[in-house]
Amino acid sequence: MSISIKHLSHIYDYGTPNETIALENINLEIEHGEFIGLIGHTGSGKSTLIQQLNGLLKPSKGTIVINGLNITEGLSNLDKPKKRSRGEQHKLAKARRLKLLEVRRKVGLVFQYPEYQLFEETIEKDIAFGPTNLGLGEQEIKVRVKEAMSLVGIDYETYKDRSPFELSGGQKRRVAIAGVLAMKPEVLILDEPTAGLDPRGRDEILAQIKNLHNKNKLTVIIVSHSMEDMAKIANRLIVMNKGKVVFDDSPHKVFKEIDTLEEIGLAVPQISYLARALNHAGFHLSDEIITIEEALEALKEQLPAIHPIKQSLKGGKA
Amino acid sequence: MVIIMIKTEGLYFRYHDEKDEEKYALKDINLHVTDGEFVVIIGHNGSGKSTLSKLLNGIYLPTNGKIYINEMDTSDEALIWEIRKTAGMVFQNPDNQLVATIVEEDVAFGPENIGLPSSEIRKRVDEALEIVSMTPYKRKPPHHLSGGQKQRVAIAGILAMKPKCIIFDEPTAMLDPAGRKEVMKTIEYLNKKEKMTVVHITHYMDEAVNADRIIVMDEGQIVLEGTPRAVFSKVEHLKRIGLDVPQITQLAYELNQIGYNISTESLTVQELVEALCQLV
Amino acid sequence: MLRDITIGQYYSVDSSIHKMDPRFKIIASTLYLISLFIIQNIYAYVLVITFIGIAIMMSKVPVGFVMRGLKPIFMLIIFAFVINIFLTPGDPFFKWGFISISLEGVERAFFMALRLILLIVGTSLLTLTTSPIELTDGIEYLLNPFKKIGLPAHELAMMMTIALRFIPTLLEETDKIMKAQMARGADFESGNLMSRAKALIPLLVPLFISAFRRADELAMAMEARCYRGGEGRTRMKVLKYTQYDLRGLLAMILYLALCIVL
Repeated sequence: MSISIKHLSHIYDYGTPNETIALENINLEIEHGEFIGLIGHTGSGKSTLIQQLNGLLKPSKGTIVINGLNITEGLSNLDKPKKRSRGEQHKLAKARRLKLLEVRRKVGLVFQYPEYQLFEETIEKDIAFGPTNLGLGEQEIKVRVKEAMSLVGIDYETYKDRSPFELSGGQKRRVAIAGVLAMKPEVLILDEPTAGLDPRGRDEILAQIKNLHNKNKLTVIIVSHSMEDMAKIANRLIVMNKGKVVFDDSPHKVFKEIDTLEEIGLAVPQISYLARALNHAGFHLSDEIITIEEALEALKEQLPAIHPIKQSLKGGKA
Repeated sequence: MVIIMIKTEGLYFRYHDEKDEEKYALKDINLHVTDGEFVVIIGHNGSGKSTLSKLLNGIYLPTNGKIYINEMDTSDEALIWEIRKTAGMVFQNPDNQLVATIVEEDVAFGPENIGLPSSEIRKRVDEALEIVSMTPYKRKPPHHLSGGQKQRVAIAGILAMKPKCIIFDEPTAMLDPAGRKEVMKTIEYLNKKEKMTVVHITHYMDEAVNADRIIVMDEGQIVLEGTPRAVFSKVEHLKRIGLDVPQITQLAYELNQIGYNISTESLTVQELVEALCQLV
Repeated sequence: MLRDITIGQYYSVDSSIHKMDPRFKIIASTLYLISLFIIQNIYAYVLVITFIGIAIMMSKVPVGFVMRGLKPIFMLIIFAFVINIFLTPGDPFFKWGFISISLEGVERAFFMALRLILLIVGTSLLTLTTSPIELTDGIEYLLNPFKKIGLPAHELAMMMTIALRFIPTLLEETDKIMKAQMARGADFESGNLMSRAKALIPLLVPLFISAFRRADELAMAMEARCYRGGEGRTRMKVLKYTQYDLRGLLAMILYLALCIVL
């Protein structure tokens, strides 16, 4: 499952005075099994980009090819419906719908605050909504619902007949994510999946996403504002600003660019600031430190070995 | 003389629709906030922190115990409007607390409710917008503003009522980092420059660094209380109840764990750098 | 994008019409509408057109903008025109099969269409020169006397304000939920009427839940800001009649007098 984005541009309200360029000539190659963090401040174009990947928005220019399927093609056939006969229109609409379903089967998109999209009486029915739209058989749907629920850590037997509205905020969100997973996408895109959650809820969701990536070999693209989280879980970062890709590299390399990132209103993990400050103060740490563990290892090498007396003193105090 | 702005005595609260008689959302809360203090209340979702904020404003009434805002009892119905004027409240969702279609009209909403003369309202609205730096947007409709800007308008709407104290109920939870920064700057300005008593409720630990005092809540109770330094250094305890500490504190703690003689009370990059330099 | 939809169609410029008191503008518009139904002859129509023409010029709103209000009812105007042209009895000057057109018919159809156009142009001018918030204020003031007979003037105005405030928010929300459900394969575009109506459930249920949640939170926020109904409430902007209204009033009296004379 590879994604190839070429010369992608998106302009809102094209040809009107309100015309705004949301994306400008984006070129990206995403390989199967990557875990990508997409960062940028509000209005940088990241939401537009992920909606393009799901066929929700039609690009003004450029192509997106997902595993050989050009998803930007064949969506605009209905542009001039008046010139076609009814039968023809009908056929085109059907073709377009099938095409979009195919796109959505490949690419699962979880919106921000996905719990606000729950609508069914029971959790099972809600999760089944996606697979049903794909036209799957009853048996298959049931299997998928069960599977999706276990992936997000919600027990099928206990919860299947409960109303999704009785759940806590974090649980609702997991049910909503299961609703997308039940469509068995090969690429999973999540728009700020941890927004509004407390640290525990955030850690749970991120661990489950990481798990999905590891076990089910999903390609994951995650939009986030938390540099600390991205440093921990992503293996590639794409940084956007004003509709363009500014950086596209490993987190270690991207977070070296403290000044540029700050210029475009972003930050780096606090620990990277520390590493830089320590180097100014005479330490010789790598400039690619982005997690606490890395900082700890590097510091152990630079600090004088722990004096046994100090250690025993410390032990004595405790 | 120290004025006690907020005082709770043996406060218990149970929701009306709670069937379990023993299940209290808040248990034995004894809280004192003095005039001009900046207190941060921290806890994970469901720890009771938001419930507490709604009690302080008289939106909910205690099941047991008493709450006094500037010596006024919140359960005294005759005082309720005076209490809400004294302790203003800013909520989580910036969209769901703006009433009017124009920024300045919205800021005027509170003073209009109190029944002030129109010239006084005008004056207060202009002042309040100036304090939150939203004057250039005063004729704009709220839906054209960013989340952080909307939240600042909401703050101005409270300021225009000239409260002595503002309770912020997770005002940053729905904002992006830029918006969070804007709002935190405004909150700190209100406390430092306008001498406002501030109670800030959040689950972001880094927003508590500049507080005078942190109160940590879990399961409806106060479990930790003290200066940011004292509270953050209890890394294990905080982790156990599902909270974070700033990365700096975490690193100091881990160095300490493996035997380095380093204080776990470091809060900022600078402090930790100094502490580490002394080890070399 | 959805967030750019303007509610109402207020055209924000500084003109003497914009500066008039909304109460006066509402009353003047009502009188104007009534005048449209009492005038009978061509001279009166010339007067009305002149009057509204001057008003448009003074309002500094581009004529094209005012005329835009006609678009949605264009078909209605054509329909009224055609019906009148064929169904008015009179001396036919054109006959073809069962179709006959009389001079009276042409005249009546013409005036009917003109009346409809003038009606729309007049009301458009009101909404173009008066912001929604002024309109609500104006309506609240004008309805005040009816409070005595139990009309909740303040509550009505507050409801209008909140509706205006939340329409863009809910539109944006609708867009979001729709996209989220489309990402789950929902189809809002094809199928027959029944299946389309059914397809709306995944949109409407979350939308209603969200609207109720918002209403709940808003009520709490309003209470926290000391809202307790219209009693004892003051306003930042007090409506005041000014010299612009006086001039408007004189123009209006002259206009009505001429209407009656003609």
